[in-house]
Amino acid sequence: MEDTVVDIDLKEKEEYIINMGPQHPSTHGVLRFETCLQGETVKYLIPHCGYIHRGIEKMSESLTYPQLIHLTDRMDYLSAHINNEAVSLCVEKAMGVEVSDRVKYIRTILAELTRIASHQLWWSAFGMDLGALTTFFYGLRDREKILDIFEESTGARLLQSFITPGGLMYDVHPNFQKRVTEFVKYFRKKLPEYDQLLTGNIIFRERTQGIGYMSLEDAIEFGVTGPSGRGSGFHCDIRKIEPYSAYPLVKFDEITFDVGDTYHRYLVRMKEMWQSLSIIEQLIDGIPQGPIMLELKAIKAPKGEYYQRVETARGELGVFIVSDGAPSPARIHYRTPNFSNLFIINKISAGHKIADLVAISGSLDLVIPDIDR
Amino acid sequence: MALLKTIKEVGNYFLEIYDGLASLARGMKVTGKYFIKPSEIVTQQYPENRATLQMFDAFKGELILKHTEDNEHFCDACNSCARACPNGSIEIVSKREVGEDGKSKRLLDKYIYRLDTCTFCGLCVPACDQNAIAFSQEFEHAVFDRTKLIKQLNKPGSHVVQKQKTEAK
Amino acid sequence: MYDFTPIIESISGYFTSTFSPLWAGVLLMVLLGIAILGFYAILGLYLVYAERKICARMQNRIGPNRVGPMGLFQTIADLIKLLMKELIYIRNADSILFNIAPFIVIVASIMAIGSIPFAKGLQAIDLNIGVLYILAISSMGVIGVLIAGWASNSKYSVIGAMRSGAQVISYELSVGLALLCMITFSGSMQLSEIISSQEDGWWIFKGHIPALIAFVIYLIAGTAETNRGPFDLAEAESELTAGFHTEYSGIKFAFFFLAEYMNMFIIAAIATTVFLGGWLPFHIYNFSVFNNLMDLIPPIFWFFGKTAFVIYVMMWFKWTFPRLRIDQLLALEWKYLLPINLINLILTSFLTLMQWHF
Repeated sequence: MEDTVVDIDLKEKEEYIINMGPQHPSTHGVLRFETCLQGETVKYLIPHCGYIHRGIEKMSESLTYPQLIHLTDRMDYLSAHINNEAVSLCVEKAMGVEVSDRVKYIRTILAELTRIASHQLWWSAFGMDLGALTTFFYGLRDREKILDIFEESTGARLLQSFITPGGLMYDVHPNFQKRVTEFVKYFRKKLPEYDQLLTGNIIFRERTQGIGYMSLEDAIEFGVTGPSGRGSGFHCDIRKIEPYSAYPLVKFDEITFDVGDTYHRYLVRMKEMWQSLSIIEQLIDGIPQGPIMLELKAIKAPKGEYYQRVETARGELGVFIVSDGAPSPARIHYRTPNFSNLFIINKISAGHKIADLVAISGSLDLVIPDIDR
Repeated sequence: MALLKTIKEVGNYFLEIYDGLASLARGMKVTGKYFIKPSEIVTQQYPENRATLQMFDAFKGELILKHTEDNEHFCDACNSCARACPNGSIEIVSKREVGEDGKSKRLLDKYIYRLDTCTFCGLCVPACDQNAIAFSQEFEHAVFDRTKLIKQLNKPGSHVVQKQKTEAK
Repeated sequence: MYDFTPIIESISGYFTSTFSPLWAGVLLMVLLGIAILGFYAILGLYLVYAERKICARMQNRIGPNRVGPMGLFQTIADLIKLLMKELIYIRNADSILFNIAPFIVIVASIMAIGSIPFAKGLQAIDLNIGVLYILAISSMGVIGVLIAGWASNSKYSVIGAMRSGAQVISYELSVGLALLCMITFSGSMQLSEIISSQEDGWWIFKGHIPALIAFVIYLIAGTAETNRGPFDLAEAESELTAGFHTEYSGIKFAFFFLAEYMNMFIIAAIATTVFLGGWLPFHIYNFSVFNNLMDLIPPIFWFFGKTAFVIYVMMWFKWTFPRLRIDQLLALEWKYLLPINLINLILTSFLTLMQWHF
């Protein structure tokens, strides 16, 4: 490591530099933290991203609009449906068409199921990072039920490519409603167990309360959205600010706390799972009949610039399309939530210990392919 | 007053300890319950349960060209699926033949499908007008030699179904 | 089966009568060494297997079940794999210290096993300062850990070793004080006398409240001593790869791994002897039918059964709780466990003087 460029000046005595990553069991993905430590305390931290840059935005310039969805669900792969929904909504906004009610209901139900699945995986990995190794298995066991629902209707568990500009690719399986209702009932019984195992535990509370304080001004300045920002009091839920799909029809609460430490970022996500369950319950019994796909001649955005934002499980995803009338976009840019959430980690972890760094980066819930695209 | 404060602090100390131990006991109850009576074993004994393992019908395993029992397929080499594929995993090699009525027809020679670059996005299947391709539920694709993953989907000796049987869907 | 004294007497009698005293002594010691090493190795292997099966059941899955019937040969397969691995020599590492460190850890725990009473008459050496001897020997294990971290010449190892060293020497205090409470009750440090003082009831029942508090503190401090459970930040896999044994591979890593499980066994065995009555069966006061039924089970099964229960509780801790940070761990010891221990000791002495225990 001595011959690589060292970005940090060692000012005081007893400071040394440690690299956490790119291959490390607890940064979830390929991300390198160059940490300057003094004893056990973190003085300064520089994240290096870009290890998984695949050129999604450039590749999209040679794909047609319907083909974009096969790349977008590889950005933040844990909220694959929501990424696809973002691109579909942007293209539909550009063409000026509106999808049928059936499509809106199904899109919202799939998005909320994805949100629950993503939070389940986050909970499993967070517990495992802190040392409670059983949480990994409990969270994933319950997530399997959601993945079975996805597999039955869309054909894939993780990268579904189901929500496409104009509607959905196929119709959902006839068992969809029954399975989702069963899952909601099952999960309502299991979620209190998660609280008993981890949330109320005194060791866990000692590890996360008072750690990684993020003030409201910092959250707004760095653009930290999603549950991480809402833990500091930033009201940034796009589902409330600019509702899309079937969100105007449902009633749910936006969960914010104004404490801003790791424990409250954790609590935001736990409570969001309850809210997602109630959204699904409000929609699942009333899915209207209707066409799945719009009858369009060609899916092409007219000339101009279009922007659409949605709320993924990690924050605000924005899709910006510049089009000159061709079948492929001239330029497409994704404002990804993880890119903005990552760079606040230097500010909030200065002064804490190495063990807290793991807890803080777990509570920010970073998915690295989203940072690098 | 100072005495009252000390008594309160000592009381708080013991209350904290009790609180902490109670939360630990609650956590242990959850794992203990699963130890005594694991509600279900969520892992499957994979190679031994191949006989009963069934994927869902919509599962996107591998692309196949549908064949009837008489070894006939439905593909008319229109190239829609190759155009719909985002990364060129389908290549259609067609040939021209002169039919009975003297007009030259376009027929499928080789339908080349690259399993090693396919991303299973499923954009090819709805693009086909003849409903000729579909996804099978086969998931065991591991090979030792990468060239085996470039497959020719039309079976040897098969030809396209005659026009009166198919309707454009 | 119920009393091993005649067997032991006959073996040592055979040796002393056939050879000269010097040779008899040497041969007996060699035989004892082989017996203890064999016991150590086999028990270590099956403790690893037990942990994997127990944690699997808590996690809704089956543990190892392919190698051998019910996966019983899994650890043997792992051992063979570790034996065949390449021993990596670190450049710039202090090679003498690097190679000695695993041995120090193993030697410390084998020496402690020598003084545990497994059944009536089955005790390698019965010192009259039994408990003190065991505490002293287990403190030698920490030297091995510190040497391992230092000699590896790697940042991660040093951090892990320093954390572990601080942790172990702090928690030895609590272990010692908790055992001191029970010594006050029973009046002697000799392990066989502690057991014989429990013939009318185990100390955890006879000593009611102070004994219960001492047991809980002993369990917590014991898991911290062995770097296990919620106190395993020295080898925290998700933070610093593997802590002080990052640079070890092959059989040396197997030694550290084995020593951790055997230390857990030793802590559990001491807990059984001092708190739960050692190899004595479970008697209810004067209920002779029940007592005679309990006497049918040989004492060696009682001993291993109680130890297995304590080991199960320690494994339960590990798989349920998240890890403590180093400063929280030290705060737990110095601010909570130590004051409570001291108060408990005063309470115990008072109760013993007034004979207010059963």
